[in-house]
Amino acid sequence: MVQPAVMGERWWARLALVILSFVVLGFMISLAVSIGEISIPLETTAKAVSNRLFGTAFELSRIHQGIVWDYRLSRALLAASAGAALALSGAILQALLRNPLAEPYVLGISAGASTGAVAVMILGFGYGVLTLSTGAFIGAVVAFILVSALAAGAGGGADRIILAGVAGSQLFNALTSYIVTTSANAEQARGVMFWLLGSLSGVRWPDVYLAAPVALIGFAVSMFYARALDAFTFGVDAAAALGIAINRVRIILLGATALMTAAMVSIVGSIGFVGLVIPHAARFLVGPSHGRLLPASAIIGAIFMVAADIVSRIIIPQQILPIGVVTALFGAPAFALILYKARRPV
Amino acid sequence: MSISIHDVHWSAGGLMIVNGISIDVAPGKTLGLLGPNGSGKSSLLKLICRLRNVKSGVIALGNTDIAGMARLDIARRVALVEQQATTEAQVTVLDVVRLGRTPHRGPLSPWSAADDKAVNDALRHVGLPERSGQLWHTLSGGERQRVHIARALAQTPSELLLDEPTNHLDIQHQLEILSLVAKLPVTSIIALHDLNLAAMFCDNLAVLHHGKVVATGTPEQVLTEDLIADVFGVRAYIERSAHHGRQHVHYRLD
Ligand SMILES: Nc1ncnc2c1ncn2[C@@H]1O[C@H](COP(=O)(O)OP(=O)(O)OP(=O)(O)O)[C@@H](O)[C@H]1O
Ligand SMILES: [Mg+2]
Repeated sequence: MVQPAVMGERWWARLALVILSFVVLGFMISLAVSIGEISIPLETTAKAVSNRLFGTAFELSRIHQGIVWDYRLSRALLAASAGAALALSGAILQALLRNPLAEPYVLGISAGASTGAVAVMILGFGYGVLTLSTGAFIGAVVAFILVSALAAGAGGGADRIILAGVAGSQLFNALTSYIVTTSANAEQARGVMFWLLGSLSGVRWPDVYLAAPVALIGFAVSMFYARALDAFTFGVDAAAALGIAINRVRIILLGATALMTAAMVSIVGSIGFVGLVIPHAARFLVGPSHGRLLPASAIIGAIFMVAADIVSRIIIPQQILPIGVVTALFGAPAFALILYKARRPV
Repeated sequence: MSISIHDVHWSAGGLMIVNGISIDVAPGKTLGLLGPNGSGKSSLLKLICRLRNVKSGVIALGNTDIAGMARLDIARRVALVEQQATTEAQVTVLDVVRLGRTPHRGPLSPWSAADDKAVNDALRHVGLPERSGQLWHTLSGGERQRVHIARALAQTPSELLLDEPTNHLDIQHQLEILSLVAKLPVTSIIALHDLNLAAMFCDNLAVLHHGKVVATGTPEQVLTEDLIADVFGVRAYIERSAHHGRQHVHYRLD
């Protein structure tokens, strides 16, 4: 019998696993709030959060209270939402496209979202009507349609979509660079480039109020279709023969993916590797069944992203690395390790 | 009738691939679908479970035109074993057979005892109950085929469509799978290349050629030396087997 590393067939084992992962996530978020240029003891963090959430009146310095609540907690929660959403998007795309390399970044959806956001921000497209997030959403959808059309035109199939995605990423990144170099002033340009590598600086509560619900809705929608995703194991025809309304499922789930990607890219920029690596790690731990894979991807993605944010802030003293750089630095070797561990017996 | 196909046309790539086919299959009967490569067998099976939509004509399950049926209702009745279907996912035999329960489960309903029974029965029917934990990509070609058949059986269909189910199977399992299908109280349509197996296990045969039915009836009526020469371009000698009483085809090279 070959079994995934952590199966949890029994209900209490599964429950314990869920509780454990939330404890780890909570701990990671507390760490993220405590660690930084000004280091804050965990106890102070707990007091500050309790002051805001439960109206307690612990004695705290204004500065500590402000750093914990206004800067670091919002930032950590955003990292968690973005990690969960990107990992979910990867898991969904890998199932629907039946390609283990599919994820928003590889398919050019992130690049399209960036172009959309930059077009709104610098060119002022639909200014006043379109927000940055809507611009990113339109960009994400346009990119996905373009990439799908390109893949279909090239004869369809699981490998074509990746090739088309690579072409799409190049195109949209070139467009973004073009907009930035021709229209942005120096300060805008620096801001945009930093943001295209992924950055959590400047994140505030309103961003969390967008990102967290999007991640939760994305999770709920994909869980509702978890069995439909399983049915795609042997391809589209096999799914249809099992009674899956394939067009509806594809439109809803691809829409949810575009929405999650766009929301995250519009707030933190495009962050690679999370969508690719995390679902593989989750699959290695809990197996390919989406009823387990999706929650595992979401929670591992959240934990990973919060950890990556901590690393990005402490790895170089006095400097913050773009978080996309950290996810790639850790993601690439992790991916190699997973491929090695999960390799087929020959 | 359990499955009735009336004057069905379907085209793809500018070619008429199914060109006015009419066939009826009575409940519980097994129909063998014969014909050379590219004659339209797989295409017809896909039309019957509406993986493709007919261009004209009617396909009915019982008295209901499938054009008006929900995808889910079709899947609760009709199971299809495709000619070639594989996956890169790290799924086990059990994962695959469990997929057969998909049309019978809501998106949130838990796994039931009935689901368990259907899956276990199906695994037993194809002789793979001990292999349920084995990974798909480690299975042999014939074992994969049997797992697909088990998945279709776990769907507890009343109509079963099999596209060359004996491909890759050793002779013992070819005989086992076909006698199982012939015995099951379901209506089946089996695309087959082996004329002798078709004669042994099917109640009726339909021969396709260039998207048209060129002969239908019992194996005795259909399998004639002339038909085999016309459709397959092969000279044959046919006799009634002294051993099982069915038609038996000998091929001649002279
Ligand atoms: N989507 C399509 N586009 C173009 N041609 C198609 C398409 N689908 C099927 N065909 C053609 O239709 C013909 C019938 O195909 P089908 O798969 O039904 O044959 P078959 O009888 O199952 O053959 P085999 O015995 O080789 O399995 C073939 O010539 C095939 O090339
Ligand atoms: Mg065929």
